[in-house]
Amino acid sequence: MDALTFAMEPDMTTVRRGLEPLIPALRRFARALARNSEAADDLVQDTLVRALRAEHLFHGGDLRTWLFTILLNLDRNRRRGLSRRPVLAVIEDIDPEAAPASDGSGRDIERGLALLPAEQREVLLLVTLEGLSYREAAEIQGVPIGTVMSRLSRARAALRAHLEGELPQLRRVQ
Amino acid sequence: MTDDAPITEDELHAYVDGALPADRLAAVKSHLAVNPEEAARVAAWRAQAAHIRERWSAVADEPIPERLRIENIAVRASGIRRKVAIAAAIAFLIGGTTGWLGRDLSGLGNERQIALALADAAIAAHRLYVAEVRHPIEVRAEEEHLLRWLSRKVGSPLKAPDLAPEGLKLLGGRLLPGARGPTALFMYEGAGGERVTITCARAASEGETGFLWRQAGEIGAIAWVEGGIAFVVAGPSERERLDRVARLVYAAYEESSPARR
Repeated sequence: MDALTFAMEPDMTTVRRGLEPLIPALRRFARALARNSEAADDLVQDTLVRALRAEHLFHGGDLRTWLFTILLNLDRNRRRGLSRRPVLAVIEDIDPEAAPASDGSGRDIERGLALLPAEQREVLLLVTLEGLSYREAAEIQGVPIGTVMSRLSRARAALRAHLEGELPQLRRVQ
Repeated sequence: MTDDAPITEDELHAYVDGALPADRLAAVKSHLAVNPEEAARVAAWRAQAAHIRERWSAVADEPIPERLRIENIAVRASGIRRKVAIAAAIAFLIGGTTGWLGRDLSGLGNERQIALALADAAIAAHRLYVAEVRHPIEVRAEEEHLLRWLSRKVGSPLKAPDLAPEGLKLLGGRLLPGARGPTALFMYEGAGGERVTITCARAASEGETGFLWRQAGEIGAIAWVEGGIAFVVAGPSERERLDRVARLVYAAYEESSPARR
């Protein structure tokens, strides 16, 4: 079956080869976005499926940027779906194994990020967690760089207010 | 921008994110040295970034779960394709007996429409049966009655052309419903497992068409009408190869019925 589906699109192995090394970063980013590890891996899986089905549409360019674009679009759909059925939304939807036990800052950064508007959270994660350039973030979000900068600025200000307001011991880290 | 230009907030972000041009580094540093509030802001941003990385970077070091491995994803992609295909094929099977296909195929004299209608039906059938691992066909190529049976059902002498020049081997065939009558599907498989189908139906027309290209997502099809039969070659949407296959099919029918023209 593997051989069969591989061979069905014989000229498209470049994308497929390029996908593999990007999976860890996609999982990391998705985990930070979706918080729940199961939902995050679903998101990555759907991203890869979408990428493989649409690989004929990929004509050069940056594969990583393209994948993050797909992932964010799927995440928006996912959140839209969640908001349509609030009864099923899990309130404390954080995977326990990943939160550092030490000072709780892991959870606080999570809560702080969760309070941000989605597009601000996306920019902050693309830039700080994934180390993407402002230009790449702009391309992924489909907005001008100026918009990325103002989203980043607002994200950082809001996060600072949240962290310093609720957790003064964080200053220790500075 | 010169070294003593005023520092913008964008530059402070760029400083934190390591995106500041080298010639502005000194200016930003001295600005922060005399502006403690700005310095605190920058320090807070740095701490946020550190927290974010600390919280999630380890995810990238986790072993990749089985379901996210590319080879398994490829299988799943075809699984989704199959669901779409089944829906399309059901629409085809229902429509085929009750209306839309019938309307198009009975458009006497309009060979082009006949060919394209069959192409749509063939693409749906291709999707459905190519995804079938265990039962892609009803009658295997080895069974002698395959051609006799399908030819009788369709009402025209059919061939299963030799597609070896394209590396394709006949798996077998099956019968599909069609409004103008039964439709035959021949399935071929390549060395890599890729599948190509040839769909044939009575065209109820003595006219002919050239090769018509039809594409639906990842599946491509070439359709034509010739000698009272509508043909569709469908497969992975790789036009040049499908074109070569279509030519082989065309040539096989040409040589088998020279009297047809």
